[in-house]
Amino acid sequence: METKLRPLLPDQELVRLYQQMYLSREFEERCAEQYTKGHITGFLHLYNGQEAVAVGATAGLHQEDYILSAYREHAQAIVRGAEPRRVMAELFGKATGICKGKGGSMHLFAPALNFMGGYAIVGGQFPISVGLAFASKYRGEDRIAACFFGDGAVNQGTFHESLNWAQLWQLPVLFICENNFYGIGTEVHRSSALASIHRRTCGYDIPSEKVDGMDVIAVYKSVRHAAEKVRESGRPYFIEATTYRFRGHSMADPGKYRSLAEHELWKSRDPVPSYAGRLLAEGIATRQALDAVEARCKEVVDEAVKFAEESPWPEDGAVWEDIYV
Amino acid sequence: MSEMTYRDALNLALKEELRRDPAVVVWGEDVALYEGSFKVTRGLLAEFGEDRIRDTPISENTIIGVSVGAAMGGLRPVAELMTINFALLAMDQIINHMAKIRSMFGGQIFLPMTVRMPSGGGSQLAAQHSQSLETYFMHCPGLRVLYPSTPADAKGLLKSAIRDNNPVIFLEHELLYNSKGEVPQDPEFLVPIGKAEVKRSGEQVTIVAYARMTVLALQAAEELAKEGISCEVLDLRSLAPLDEEAIITSVKKTGRAVVVDECWRTCGLGAEIANRICEQCFDILQAPVRRVSGLDVPMPYSRQIEKLCIPRTENVVSAVRDVMSGRY
Repeated sequence: METKLRPLLPDQELVRLYQQMYLSREFEERCAEQYTKGHITGFLHLYNGQEAVAVGATAGLHQEDYILSAYREHAQAIVRGAEPRRVMAELFGKATGICKGKGGSMHLFAPALNFMGGYAIVGGQFPISVGLAFASKYRGEDRIAACFFGDGAVNQGTFHESLNWAQLWQLPVLFICENNFYGIGTEVHRSSALASIHRRTCGYDIPSEKVDGMDVIAVYKSVRHAAEKVRESGRPYFIEATTYRFRGHSMADPGKYRSLAEHELWKSRDPVPSYAGRLLAEGIATRQALDAVEARCKEVVDEAVKFAEESPWPEDGAVWEDIYV
Repeated sequence: MSEMTYRDALNLALKEELRRDPAVVVWGEDVALYEGSFKVTRGLLAEFGEDRIRDTPISENTIIGVSVGAAMGGLRPVAELMTINFALLAMDQIINHMAKIRSMFGGQIFLPMTVRMPSGGGSQLAAQHSQSLETYFMHCPGLRVLYPSTPADAKGLLKSAIRDNNPVIFLEHELLYNSKGEVPQDPEFLVPIGKAEVKRSGEQVTIVAYARMTVLALQAAEELAKEGISCEVLDLRSLAPLDEEAIITSVKKTGRAVVVDECWRTCGLGAEIANRICEQCFDILQAPVRRVSGLDVPMPYSRQIEKLCIPRTENVVSAVRDVMSGRY
């Protein structure tokens, strides 16, 4: 049963969730286009299909809370508040990029927004999240660390070490698994002895739940509730959001290991149009209003691409900069 | 000044920095209640309490990762890995994260953290507990690597490491913990990072060494002086950044060089230094640069053969005689 939207959040906020999902989708579509044109190079992992997780989860957190993610993190950074044009410039490798062109698609970072990075070694962000949560607790700050990761990361040693540590030291970490069911081409049940990922926390006595990651409101409610529990208890919590990526693992992956039927089934639950349908059905927004939101998102992404194209390359001297303090 | 051991000098450095800065925290396997496998953290839990001095699970990769996160969150963690050998379990967080985060995120953050590692061989601990892996860390940009030879340097360098805003690998030689020396009591006594020190001045041969190899070099220099050979002993102290200027200055004075390292010979520290000397001092070298290194073998247990695998004073003496006599 889908929740009624209106009592949850003000109309304006509900529409903003749509704007964020639409912007994320549009941004990724343009990334694919720019990759095909050769403007974006290297690895490019797109988020299409998973937008409800980043958007719903971010809405359920406080702006002071830390967010860490893996390498499919454009949406998480942008939803957190990173300027799309500076993210696009980073993907182009330009000096105006959010990390001066040193990081690229997989290593976005915006400490002023408490977006503490995209990490490209699977599971690398687990212990770093625990350390940030420790710093927060040690300094008596009212913030938690939200750690996003994929289903493939749960078989890394750092996953188990970090869950154990967070519970042992009673640290405010919210683990959010974006289970899109495939680690590149390996389906969950072929890599995890217990494919029901949220149940794997029982060894560390960390409470967990599973949520529909195609439903932005379900994710929002789940994360808001979990974040409050983490904040109040000072202990970790675990959410598994089931979702699906509509594209391959990266641009290099045609995704032939998934059946068309499976793909079509998930596609029918596309979080972006389905949420639009709910806004319309409840009379929260008119089609005209949503059209305007969509048009504005396209403008923002157009501007981002233009900014990235026109931005300068890093100077040669940048090679030696920002390694040591 | 007062005489104290290398161990106590390190302990004093930790205490002084913990007193000075509440952002400093110390953690590692058995560092709190047990006071450290080598007792470097003795008395810390009692003085600073369990919020700041913490035992961790045996999860080396996560010890480093948690330290990285804490440093990103504004703390100044000092992590102990029980020995350098266990750092191999933490290489992902050390090399892929700790050394990269500042650079790959465009300089938007810095990591003021120190990782202490007891290191080196010679205690019959066999192949998995006797390694000298300093070059593993020297090889990777983004890290500082320090390795003191005396109690005074141990104190001054560790304090500099903790105050430094870069990630520092701080190596301590297990066979030096009981060595004694004069140590300044001034809590502001610091040894600068990146500066080698001439531990003995000489005219004919430069012996470049570090950590316990400096002790061997000084013994060798003493013995060679009796034969009328004047050796200069340069203690690197910082392996990264290397004080290349000090090395070149000394070799330009003496015209000869022997490099003593404890690590495996192949791709070792000695190879790097010998090459830098060759590139910059080729014209004035009186002899090829000689290396005295650990043997390229997994360390055996038996003391009868373990001693063959680690440089000894006699090897240094013999290498110096070779470069002096033209036998190379």
